[in-house]
Amino acid sequence: MNVPEVVEYVKGLPDIVHAERNLFTCSEEGISAIKKGIKGHNLNRVIVASCTPRTHEPLFRAACEEAGLNKYLFEFVNIRDQCSWVHMREPEKATQKAKDLIRMGVAKARLLEPLEEVETPVIPSCMVMGGGVVGMSAALNLAEQGFEVHLVEKGKGLGGTLLDLYKLFPTNEQASKLVESAIQKVAAQSKIKAYLSTRVKDVRGFIGNFEVVLDQDGKESEIKVGTIIVAIGAEELKPVHQYGYGKFPNVVTQLELEQRMKKGEFEGQNVVMINCVGARIPERTYCSRFCCMTAVKNATLIRESNPASKVWILHRDLMAYGEDFENYYRWSMEQGVRFIRYDREKPPQVIGDGTAEKVRVWHQLRGREIELPADMVVLTTPLIPRADNEEISKMLKVPLSEQGFFLEAHVKLMPLEFATEGIYICGSARWPTEIAEGVAQAYGAAAKAAIPMRRGYVKPEAITSYVNEDLCGGCGICFEMCPYSAIEIKAENGKRVAHCITALCKGCGTCGAACPSGAISMNHFTDEQILAQIAALTA
Amino acid sequence: MNRDKFEPLILGFACNWCAYAGADLAGVSRFQYPPNMRIIRVMCSGRVDPTFVLKAFASGADGVFIGGCHPGDCHYIEGNYKARRRYELLKKMLPQYGIESERLRLEWISASEGARFAEVVMDFINVIKELGALGKRQDQ
Repeated sequence: MNVPEVVEYVKGLPDIVHAERNLFTCSEEGISAIKKGIKGHNLNRVIVASCTPRTHEPLFRAACEEAGLNKYLFEFVNIRDQCSWVHMREPEKATQKAKDLIRMGVAKARLLEPLEEVETPVIPSCMVMGGGVVGMSAALNLAEQGFEVHLVEKGKGLGGTLLDLYKLFPTNEQASKLVESAIQKVAAQSKIKAYLSTRVKDVRGFIGNFEVVLDQDGKESEIKVGTIIVAIGAEELKPVHQYGYGKFPNVVTQLELEQRMKKGEFEGQNVVMINCVGARIPERTYCSRFCCMTAVKNATLIRESNPASKVWILHRDLMAYGEDFENYYRWSMEQGVRFIRYDREKPPQVIGDGTAEKVRVWHQLRGREIELPADMVVLTTPLIPRADNEEISKMLKVPLSEQGFFLEAHVKLMPLEFATEGIYICGSARWPTEIAEGVAQAYGAAAKAAIPMRRGYVKPEAITSYVNEDLCGGCGICFEMCPYSAIEIKAENGKRVAHCITALCKGCGTCGAACPSGAISMNHFTDEQILAQIAALTA
Repeated sequence: MNRDKFEPLILGFACNWCAYAGADLAGVSRFQYPPNMRIIRVMCSGRVDPTFVLKAFASGADGVFIGGCHPGDCHYIEGNYKARRRYELLKKMLPQYGIESERLRLEWISASEGARFAEVVMDFINVIKELGALGKRQDQ
């Protein structure tokens, strides 16, 4: 869109004292421009027209506060996420839309009123959902900081996916060593209460005071926590009907291979691994990132344990990011693991009768088809979201991505936290993640959850309802409407009037929408403000 | 009037937690849709007073869109159900003012449904294009 034209237009709107263009208003430079503007022009309202209030409103509000302006006198107009980015081929119309949106924002800003926030306490206790290595790491981190932790695991024991793994890349240490040490630490930590075979049945409330109903084998109990961390992991895709999986007993996934290796039940002289099975395809476009390394590691371990074995990895690309993984990959080649790149258009074929016997693949460099003998075919599949993600996302009122993983508020600005305050995300529930990264994320989520718990209070937005008692007829419709019982009807001077209990009000505004006499409205979203916005729809 | 040339003006109300976030995701994902709608952010679809809808039509909107969380997903427990009740009543009331009930649309859009947001808005714009301009703009 034509930003200079928008700036010129805004300068001409009534009550606008100053308008300027910044490339990045959220940068240090942009923030100081806001502060300077407030002081230099003695501004009493500030509007930023840029990305979205969902990510950047707190930053600009803070800038206003630092310059001595109440933060509720700030208004955000979204002309990027909801304008320039969605109308990229229609710059003229997008420019007109931006002008309209800003004009509407100015109309609201004129009527904004300063508001004060009321502190509400935060219970210094966290519920961690998921008792895998990531959930245990988050729980231990918080417990060591002195917070009470409720660690909820739906399985019979702690440990999660790691219980099935054999050895871990890039160190080749035993998975059991890592997971057992974590389980022991959790058991020894008096601040952690672990709930096994337990599901979270219901979550109500807000940051600081969540009321959680747990279901332990049919027995319900209730806990109260200040924050919640989601660390429920993900599961391996089972590639049914692909490459003979389910048809031939010697076609297995990487996880199934590891289970066999762990039990010492692995046998095989010639092993062919096929990577990207069910990944990076139209119906599942993402790369699960660490599965290449899983294949490289398992292939190397087979070569190490049996130098006479032959192991091939058929891959499309190879993801071995970072110094350690790249070194491991090089080392695997030195150990004799053979890599053959295949074309998605000409995928490998698993051939056999009763059991898989060989794999046929188009060799791109040789320009012809080759056949590899196979005692075992191992399919490298991605992690997929857990089936209960949807139920949990509804319960916590946090979003999932289109692929079905949990969606954090902003990948760069608010990683590991949801837009809903007090709820955090880490590990493979967020996105397929290898162990070291997952543990680092667990510490990150724990650090974020510790902030409000350490402070002891939060200041929820002052967006609550208020009653104009002169207009209130005491009909009680608002009382009926409120899902939080935040409205009471009082008799004052012989007249029935509604009264808002601010501490209970969450600010949805349904009372205001229902009031027949216009007596009840919402701070920061008042009838007057919204009606002014609507009236400004056309110039 | 040339229907192809008619560009409707649509006012949208989007709840902060679902529909507004879905609209943001449409942007982040660069899903393109025509620029006919102007969104007003509200905390909950339950905040949308029927007066706002009437005021929008009176202020020159050819269509009014309300976006809320899916049933069961409301950030405020049940605000979307309140919105749905008011929507049903408004749909009955609008024809009495000579406004086709199709000019008001309520949709459930989650924070992860960026593509759906773009599709639904596109569809609504097409419906309003079919209906033509409302009120005084028709006289011009």
